Amino acid sequence: MVKPGEFYQRDRKWHPPAYAQNYKTSTSRSPKHPLISLQNSMSEITGPVFGHDDVDPIDRDLLSNFAKPGEGPIGERIILHGRVLDENGRPVPNTLVEIWQANAGGRYRHKKDTYLAPIDPNFGGCGRSITDENGYYYFRTVKPGAYPWRNWVNTWRPAHVHFSIFGTAFAQRLITQCYFQGDPLIRLCPIVQAIPDPEAIEQLVATLDMNATIPLDTIAYKFDIVLRGRRSTLFENRLEGN
Amino acid sequence: MPQELNYLKETPSQTAGPFVHIGLAPGAAGFDIYRTELGWDIAGPNAKGDRIRIEGLVIDGTGNPLKDVLIEAWQANADGIYAHPEHAGEVEAGFRGWGRVITDFETGEWGFDTVKPGLVPGRSGMTMAPHINLWIVARGINVGLNTRLYFSDEERANAADPVINLVEWESRRQTLIAQRSERDGQAVYRFDIRLQGENETVFFDI
Repeated sequence: MVKPGEFYQRDRKWHPPAYAQNYKTSTSRSPKHPLISLQNSMSEITGPVFGHDDVDPIDRDLLSNFAKPGEGPIGERIILHGRVLDENGRPVPNTLVEIWQANAGGRYRHKKDTYLAPIDPNFGGCGRSITDENGYYYFRTVKPGAYPWRNWVNTWRPAHVHFSIFGTAFAQRLITQCYFQGDPLIRLCPIVQAIPDPEAIEQLVATLDMNATIPLDTIAYKFDIVLRGRRSTLFENRLEGN
Repeated sequence: MPQELNYLKETPSQTAGPFVHIGLAPGAAGFDIYRTELGWDIAGPNAKGDRIRIEGLVIDGTGNPLKDVLIEAWQANADGIYAHPEHAGEVEAGFRGWGRVITDFETGEWGFDTVKPGLVPGRSGMTMAPHINLWIVARGINVGLNTRLYFSDEERANAADPVINLVEWESRRQTLIAQRSERDGQAVYRFDIRLQGENETVFFDI
């Protein structure tokens, strides 16, 4: 068994740049100096370990995890599912996936959200789950609504679900957003369009998945997530002391 | 056509947005949903070593503090061991070494309690000075920012640290060093993070 080595370097041209002109908030929150490139050490190839004890099964069901008994949130019932993989195409098992989103009207349950769409009394808007041995995860929720935000006067976020994923190492830590196939707001969104490569944007669009749909019940979208992969050759620089 | 390599591309990052608390700290968003929220106790009750507090602000290019930022911390225990299967050695029961920190919505001040980490093995037989790895996400930050927090009372170890010494500009190295003071007999380290502008913090591409 070859001991796995360093992570492949992050392709910074695939990610959005720190400063994206049309996403105004990034102007004063983007470092001007280049990042200092670090070769991985123990501090980067390790990361927090979570177990199935850390979460409850109901945490993955946003249709019921905040609903009053016998009630449920308003909106289009969806299953959001997929696999967490690495760049080598291998599944990432036992990793924590957390999501959050607006309700079907585009309103967040957050004390700082003041959008006029109503709070849904039966919807919290967050979920979490640990991937299984095949890297598979699933959530049940409602499809979030689009909502306006202050960038230009008339700027709308496409429907999206925020994803937070850990992997096995701090170097893999990732937050991203999942969009939905066919949403015309994707191409207008300054946050999405900060990503320079259209193919990279496609990677953030969940696909309608009729095979995973539960007939007469819940429609499904598939969203696979790829975390950084790592080398596994024998010919390594020495990562650790010896 | 030569052979295909068939690697996948990493999923591109997107900002955590202003409502990151709903997902990662719902209590702060204003509601109670999970049995336990993760990340509020970094070291646990049994951790050896010096109990310390870290405090600071995250400041933007206009000089104003961010009030919607979330920071994650990742550190070794007092023996310099990470709670991870690839780091040989034991950590104390309940020591995870990972935590989440959010700012006060009014002032932008943040702080957390932990233990001071020990020296950690570096590459090629080098030793790294005690440090806490930080990852910063917020509205307006398109890809989470990585930095390291070192300690002002570790001058000798800091001077030999291979990562600090990678920073070519000596004046910028100071941005990685938290300044120690004492409050009611406890060590408190101040670590302001400047995203942009004068004394911009050193961020790493890890």
